[in-house]
Amino acid sequence: MSNDKSNKMETAGASALDGRSGIAAKPFDVAAVRAQFPVLHQNVHGQPLAYLDNAATSQKPAVVIDAVRTYYEKDNANIHRAVHTLSERATSLYEGARRSIQKAIGASSSKEVIFTRGTTESINLIAASYGRSVLSEGDEVVISTMEHHSNIVPWFMLCEEKGARLRVVPIDDKGDLDLDAFAGMLGPRTKIVSMCHISNTLGTINPLKEIIRLAREHNVCVVVDGAQGIPHVKINVNELDCDFYAFSSHKAYGPTGTGVLYGKQHILEKMPPYQGGGDMIASVSFDKITYADVPAKFEAGTPNIAGSIGLAAALDFLEQLDYGVFPDYEDELLAYAHDQLQQLDGLRIIGQAKEKTSVISFIIDRIHPHDIGTMLDNEGVAVRTGHHCTQPLMERFNVPATTRASFSFYNTREEVDQLVAGLKKIMKVFR
Amino acid sequence: MNSELRDLYQDIILDHNKNPKNFRRMENATLHAEGHNPLCGDKLELFLRVENEIIVDVSFEGEGCAISKASASLMTTFLNGKSLSEAMAVFDGFQKLVTVESEGDADFESMGKLAVFAGVREYPSRIKCAILAWHTFKSALDSGGNESTISTE
Repeated sequence: MSNDKSNKMETAGASALDGRSGIAAKPFDVAAVRAQFPVLHQNVHGQPLAYLDNAATSQKPAVVIDAVRTYYEKDNANIHRAVHTLSERATSLYEGARRSIQKAIGASSSKEVIFTRGTTESINLIAASYGRSVLSEGDEVVISTMEHHSNIVPWFMLCEEKGARLRVVPIDDKGDLDLDAFAGMLGPRTKIVSMCHISNTLGTINPLKEIIRLAREHNVCVVVDGAQGIPHVKINVNELDCDFYAFSSHKAYGPTGTGVLYGKQHILEKMPPYQGGGDMIASVSFDKITYADVPAKFEAGTPNIAGSIGLAAALDFLEQLDYGVFPDYEDELLAYAHDQLQQLDGLRIIGQAKEKTSVISFIIDRIHPHDIGTMLDNEGVAVRTGHHCTQPLMERFNVPATTRASFSFYNTREEVDQLVAGLKKIMKVFR
Repeated sequence: MNSELRDLYQDIILDHNKNPKNFRRMENATLHAEGHNPLCGDKLELFLRVENEIIVDVSFEGEGCAISKASASLMTTFLNGKSLSEAMAVFDGFQKLVTVESEGDADFESMGKLAVFAGVREYPSRIKCAILAWHTFKSALDSGGNESTISTE
């Protein structure tokens, strides 16, 4: 049974609900978009599901699910190996996905697109390969207070190994990066700057252009953790001029277990391999091994072929949905949610940066986020509670945990209302 | 609230969350341990004063969700005055009470007020919250007076 909710602002005709073309009519037709996401149409604990945990992982549109299923039903074989037809097809689909992703993110060559398991592996790859070769004792790596653990731990481990220093750029009470402090930290010992594009907990959009401009003045390599970027913002890595951009498929409406590391080709070519195995070599003997060229050099073993094909389909879906349209809808939804939540007595929003995406972390006096999460689930509302893999950030705001509602373009004002009504109920129980 | 959630958040749990018993530091504790639940950021410090194998005083401090706070509060009221062997028997009983697999075997009668935590079985992600205080207690006993930190992860 469908319990799809159309947005009050929109009119959704029957034809618009036939959304398999992937193209939404303007103004943003949320009902037509929702129709393309099978998982959204269900009840949880007897209530219509309001999925507000999109910063953890997004749901998948039918075109992505179909792309994965079609691959397994018709084309599955190992890539780059055999001469038989299915292997040729699988290879062509996999490399086609790489070219498609290259175009979507504005890279110069498909050789700059390396498939990984996700953002975490992408950053680990940079730290283990690039980081290990450029860092010496006394050198510095610069990150920020708002980083996800996946952009802290690999650098911490590397700095420990090398006797290097991890420096952390502070943020202000609203959740904005302290750019002056950042500029002050850059110097001759700085070798790597690694920052998130968008904070998964606060929603802060970092001023990447400014960060990169400042880093360039000191010839510092810039890594961008784009896990939360791709789902909300159109990326052009060439215009941005970052050295690396890491992102995950599953947060951008693609399958789990797949991600991308974009890197500038001339840097990738100089980097040593990350893992050893099949597919990353040109030739092997027991005396000498010649490594393959990029990107194969960084893709040891059979990759997640279906995942890569699914990711390409997801980015294509976002392209058709139009980065010129859906982010505005998400911004409207964010403003509405901010407004509604702020009216609740005892609720405090953590993260009110000047530029932010549709993520709201909040705390409520005397009610622990974990209790809020369990009780909201009972109302059909899925939110994330805890430290969101950003423990140092929790410490910065002096809270053990927050409740986080993160919105996608398929969410509606009615779902925001459902969240607010749920919170009011909870406040009554704990009063 | 539906009945499952009502079973989890019974009035006694909400009351102990609001006004926890024995919520204080203890200066003359003989045993002490810290417990963490990294998933939700819960932190608990447990203090015990044991004389001749009898728990003569027990208290806690920390922050956590309603389930973990109420569990710690009720635990302290239950442990006070018990011998260490009696306390360990309750520890074992509580494990069975909140663990899904053991449904049916648990002896709710002897658990008294602690039986309210049986509702947590329906919420696997919350079992850790209910059990944190008890693991911290066991850790304090095992430490034998040395500083000890445990984690539910």
